[in-house]
Amino acid sequence: MAKQKFNIIQSTCIPIEITNCNTDLIIPARYLSSTTRDPDFFGDAFMHDLRFDIDGKPKEDFVMNRPEYSEKPHEGIHEIIVAGDNWGSGSSREHAAWAIAGYGVRAVVSCSFADIHRNNLLNCFVLPVVVSREFRTELFETIARNPQAEVKIDLPAQTITNISSGRSEKFEINGYKKYCLTNALDDIDFLLENKDKIKDFEAARQ
Amino acid sequence: MKTLFDKIWDAHVVQNVKDGPTQLYIDRLFLHEVTSPQAFDTLRDKGIGVFRSDRLVAMPDHNTPSDQQDHIDDPVGRNQVETLKRNCCQFGIKHFDMGTKDNGIIHVVGPEKALSLPGMTIVCGDSHTSTHGAVGALAMGIGTSEVAQVLASQCILQQKPKSMRISIEGELEKGVTAKDVALYIMSKLTTSGATGYVVEYAGSAIRSMSMEGRLTLSNLSIEMGSRAGIIAPDEITFEYLKGREYAPKGEAWDKSVEQWKTLRSDEDAVFDKEVTFKAEDIKPRITYGTNPGAGVAIDEAIPTLDEIKETDKAGFLSQLSYMQFEPGEKLEGKAVDYCFLGACTNGRIEDFRAFASIVKGRKKADNVVAWLVPGSWSVRRQIEEEGIDKILKEAGFELRLPSCSACLAMNPDKVPAGKLCVSTSNRNFVGRQGPGARTILASPLVVAAAAVTGKITDPRKML
Repeated sequence: MAKQKFNIIQSTCIPIEITNCNTDLIIPARYLSSTTRDPDFFGDAFMHDLRFDIDGKPKEDFVMNRPEYSEKPHEGIHEIIVAGDNWGSGSSREHAAWAIAGYGVRAVVSCSFADIHRNNLLNCFVLPVVVSREFRTELFETIARNPQAEVKIDLPAQTITNISSGRSEKFEINGYKKYCLTNALDDIDFLLENKDKIKDFEAARQ
Repeated sequence: MKTLFDKIWDAHVVQNVKDGPTQLYIDRLFLHEVTSPQAFDTLRDKGIGVFRSDRLVAMPDHNTPSDQQDHIDDPVGRNQVETLKRNCCQFGIKHFDMGTKDNGIIHVVGPEKALSLPGMTIVCGDSHTSTHGAVGALAMGIGTSEVAQVLASQCILQQKPKSMRISIEGELEKGVTAKDVALYIMSKLTTSGATGYVVEYAGSAIRSMSMEGRLTLSNLSIEMGSRAGIIAPDEITFEYLKGREYAPKGEAWDKSVEQWKTLRSDEDAVFDKEVTFKAEDIKPRITYGTNPGAGVAIDEAIPTLDEIKETDKAGFLSQLSYMQFEPGEKLEGKAVDYCFLGACTNGRIEDFRAFASIVKGRKKADNVVAWLVPGSWSVRRQIEEEGIDKILKEAGFELRLPSCSACLAMNPDKVPAGKLCVSTSNRNFVGRQGPGARTILASPLVVAAAAVTGKITDPRKML
């Protein structure tokens, strides 16, 4: 997927208050047979069966179809998802991260993420941000009151701010991955640069 | 004072990246058709080859049909399977093609061919890679970017997870299987209870568990969020692996076993978390909701609304609404439409023996569609050698061909919308077995009991 630098973003949010939202919901398995890397293909499949009924008609009551949240993400608009606990559980399919990135989302904010999906998001240059329960509860309330409310995520400073309330919180990310995201570098290049160390390791094991 | 997990991890550290993750060496990468094509494209983009092709094994399983394997009707699925074959050919990777004697579900084939061995680090672009931990390996599901990393460098970058030991002490009652143990643990710990941990299973019930049972248990580790499940190798492990196709032979075998015997947590090893359950508390289980943790003992009712935490009530009701069940409802006796025996969770020979033990001398219920899908061609051959196929046939069942089948609706075996399926697979998620399909997860014994009675039935009454 496209490498994209992540530094500071400020955007309105899509609140997806589903606990244990698994990767089968984020992208149903029938979209996994494709060998494409087209971001739009996966973006269109994002949360497909929650957004559309079996005949392909939008489900009006689903949050992403409500007029205030239905605009597709672009700069400053809906680039952040605020999600329920255990976001991305289940299958390891990176297609789920491709769907999120392909839809145009840059960051997912939750109190907890499934391990594999969190790694996949990072490898797709989408930032998973773990916040406290208090912060998220307030954020959901803020957005419910005002869907135009913005959140600022500052990766270099490792802070997330609810602009409406002014509440700000630090979040964790290791220094290596932060460097990768802020500079649009991926793990494979790092590993290729370390081939000698890998060969030394293999030799030592013999 | 190291845990088993520490020992395997430490033996594979290439380097600890400053202020970052660990660069971990990978002994075995398994590849299937779904999560690999874009990884191979990454190699082509960069103009690089595969770093250690002898450590890679590939096979298609998700798109494979289970009624015939001459062709795949769906052009997109067919292309994916053909793409895997082409990529393996181009990069010189061992490939067990659809319909050939070595093919099957990766997580069934790996251990049964001893491609997965104690002490190894094993990865695959598939969350159920946790299965292979049952042989005493550190086995983790990864994403496609990471598949590309392993293709290119035989390494991944991982933050070291924490360690948890789950002990099951005592003896399991007759009719209670490894599947029930896993569903029980999940209902206690929830589907995120082990997120961030590698789980070691221990205790007397695990020590006396068969290899097939251990593979089922490890398989389901991911369903409580854990990074991997692992079981210390012992005589049962060695007995299972000995003589298998890719197991070390002769002197090399003896040397390996000596080394594998050191793969256990030290007496004084400290785990970040310890949980113990009593085997006698575990009954045959079924799920009622849309996550694997939402389950009860087969003779219990679904919880009433009063029993659910205030914050969980909306989610609980929405799960029941999808499943068309009521709070407090008892599911025993409920009519079912589909029965599925198979998947990387329960597609092994012992699962077919268990199923046959119930249906022997009985007849398939008329209201039930049953899919019996061996996890590999090897399992299918053994079913025939043991005459289990005849028992199944006499009871009115048809044995299908190896495939992931009805586990995840990526091949023709889809459960129609609204239909209720009792399934030995691993996930009861909304739409998992097909859009609108309703899934009850259970053991092969519970599925067999449902297949002959046409309703949810306690298998203990039929043993």
